[in-house]
Amino acid sequence: MTQEKYSGIMVFAEQQERKIHPVTYELLGKARELEKESNQDIMALVLGPEDMDLQPLIERGADRVYHITGELFNRPDELIYKENIVPLLQEIRSAIVLIGATTFGRSLAPRIAAAMDTGLTADCTDLQMDEDGKLVQIRPAFTENILAHIKTKTYPQMATIRYREFSSPPPKTGRQGEVVTRKPSVIRQDRVEILEKISMQEANIAEAEVIVAGGRGVKKARDFDILKGLAEALGGTIGASRDVIDAGFLPKAHQVGYSGHRVKPRLYIACGISGAPQHKAGMKESETIVAINTDPSAPIFSIADIGIVGDWYEVIPKLLEKLKK
Amino acid sequence: MQIIVLIKQVPEMDRVRFDSEKGVIDRKSAGVEINPFDLNALETAVQIREQIGGEITALSMGPGRAEKALREAIARGADRGILLSDKKFAGADTRSTSFTLAQAIKKLAPFDLVIAGEMTVDGDTAQVGPQTAEYLDIPHIAYVTSLDDIEVKNITVTCNIWEGSYRKRLHLPGLITVTKDINFPRLPELRAKMESREAEITRWDYSTFSSLLSPEQIGLKGSPTQVKKITIPPPIEREGQVFSGEELEKAVAALEKICREKQLTGGQS
Ligand SMILES: Cc1cc2nc3c(=O)[nH]c(=O)nc-3n(C[C@H](O)[C@H](O)[C@H](O)COP(=O)(O)OP(=O)(O)OC[C@H]3O[C@@H](n4cnc5c(N)ncnc54)[C@H](O)[C@@H]3O)c2cc1C
Ligand SMILES: Nc1ncnc2c1ncn2[C@@H]1O[C@H](COP(=O)(O)O)[C@@H](O)[C@H]1O
Repeated sequence: MTQEKYSGIMVFAEQQERKIHPVTYELLGKARELEKESNQDIMALVLGPEDMDLQPLIERGADRVYHITGELFNRPDELIYKENIVPLLQEIRSAIVLIGATTFGRSLAPRIAAAMDTGLTADCTDLQMDEDGKLVQIRPAFTENILAHIKTKTYPQMATIRYREFSSPPPKTGRQGEVVTRKPSVIRQDRVEILEKISMQEANIAEAEVIVAGGRGVKKARDFDILKGLAEALGGTIGASRDVIDAGFLPKAHQVGYSGHRVKPRLYIACGISGAPQHKAGMKESETIVAINTDPSAPIFSIADIGIVGDWYEVIPKLLEKLKK
Repeated sequence: MQIIVLIKQVPEMDRVRFDSEKGVIDRKSAGVEINPFDLNALETAVQIREQIGGEITALSMGPGRAEKALREAIARGADRGILLSDKKFAGADTRSTSFTLAQAIKKLAPFDLVIAGEMTVDGDTAQVGPQTAEYLDIPHIAYVTSLDDIEVKNITVTCNIWEGSYRKRLHLPGLITVTKDINFPRLPELRAKMESREAEITRWDYSTFSSLLSPEQIGLKGSPTQVKKITIPPPIEREGQVFSGEELEKAVAALEKICREKQLTGGQS
């Protein structure tokens, strides 16, 4: 497999109910940056209903959009997605394939990579173009203690990339691009049946602008109501450390950290959270961090913009009172 | 039902110390354990066997010391353990690992269900499960949070995918990856623990299944992704303002200022 036969950057555009996942735009923006150094086509790939609006993908930087049409893509069925994507990728021979590291992306990408017998790097936080025109995929490892710079010797070079690592480029209204429409080649649905959608996740914590989070310093599940009061006053939502999620105080959707959500709100208020590396991994990039902890040596203070050595049960109600004035 | 559980031995990540000069973990600073999510995978298998019967094979690829993890798997309910161990397997990335695991599973066929953990705490990719399924050409369901119904030819599960959860039915043979929400792994009973010490762990090396794979497809050679460089991210420290307990009023005022500056008081109060 020589490099010459492969060119272009393909961005997988995950859609749900015709709505494109915002990580797609971030990837298109990054692809345009990479392209400056290597001059390749930027393509997007959507599997979804016929009547989807694809112009936003073009306005965000796609030169060509491949659209495989069908209502069957309204269901999270990795197998059908894979079986329709692989033949297209084999035909297009793009050098790079980028997929958002959403739950679906992380389940779909390895199937595609294995089907094409190529390498895949999980959960990257940065991408660079090397002098030799190869993609450098950068991902944290060992609880974010190190950053591994990875290159792939096969094609396509594939990576999943975390949501909210790159900024979304502003749309260029009226930008022109090509749309290539295809019918699905495989519609077989007899190996996995999607029976029903059970629930939407209650909290979309990854999108929140303000997160008021509690850890083991919150003594009872009910005390989260106090934090919720503040979160609501600030137009935000509540988060938690793993220990309180494990204790059953809040559903898993609220967990912040390495094995929960990675968040980047404008304001993160940590109440009774010690700041273990696994917790920090999920919130250290917040714009402003406030930490309230009774223990002055708690590691959370080393990443706080405002640290308060004190009891959150005193601080938070006082703050709420002031804000209500 | 013939069930295969994929198990990896990992460093104890809660305890392990990290050498940030060298960019490596100090493996001597902590012991090894079964990847926590793989305990959920094993418990899932045990629960299925309790319901409809069957046999559980714990399968791992790793160095010789990983036998201990397979013994523990037996103490926790696996019927047997198979360790894929050979210098030729070393240095494998997720492609190479899943390819090798898949060939071993083919050799073990017929099987009904393969269960993997959602991810490993050291590799942290969540790729080996779905990649193994693809190399076996069987369907998979990832991020399974509950087992809803088990039949001989199919299982019904709930999984976290997209922005919600979905109930899906998997026609067997198939593979699932499980989250830690699916169950609470039971502790092994003392007697089982004692007995597992004597248990025979089957070892397969390259020659055992060389008809199914070539040296180019395994280990470091079969790994398309290569770590070129390790960098240490700059320590994330913020020069914060710290208020002591006596300065509560000042602290609250500073907090209030931030909230107002960011115009975050627009929420429902
Ligand atoms: C593989 C792995 C994955 C993990 N993933 C995650 C993850 O995603 N997210 C996560 O959070 N953790 C995760 N952890 C767990 C992590 O290591 C810590 O155990 C956890 O973050 C600690 O939670 P905590 O800060 O709430 O509890 P603790 O460490 O017990 O801290 C509680 C803090 O509250 C303070 N406090 C007590 N009372 C008060 C009060 N009234 N007012 C103010 N302060 C008070 C105490 O001084 C203390 O500092 C993971 C661990 C592993 C091994
Ligand atoms: N070397 C291995 N041997 C057996 N199973 C493995 C191995 N590596 C990964 N797995 C399985 O694949 C899952 C996901 O691993 P990973 O892709 O490394 O995050 C784990 O929870 C295990 O069930």
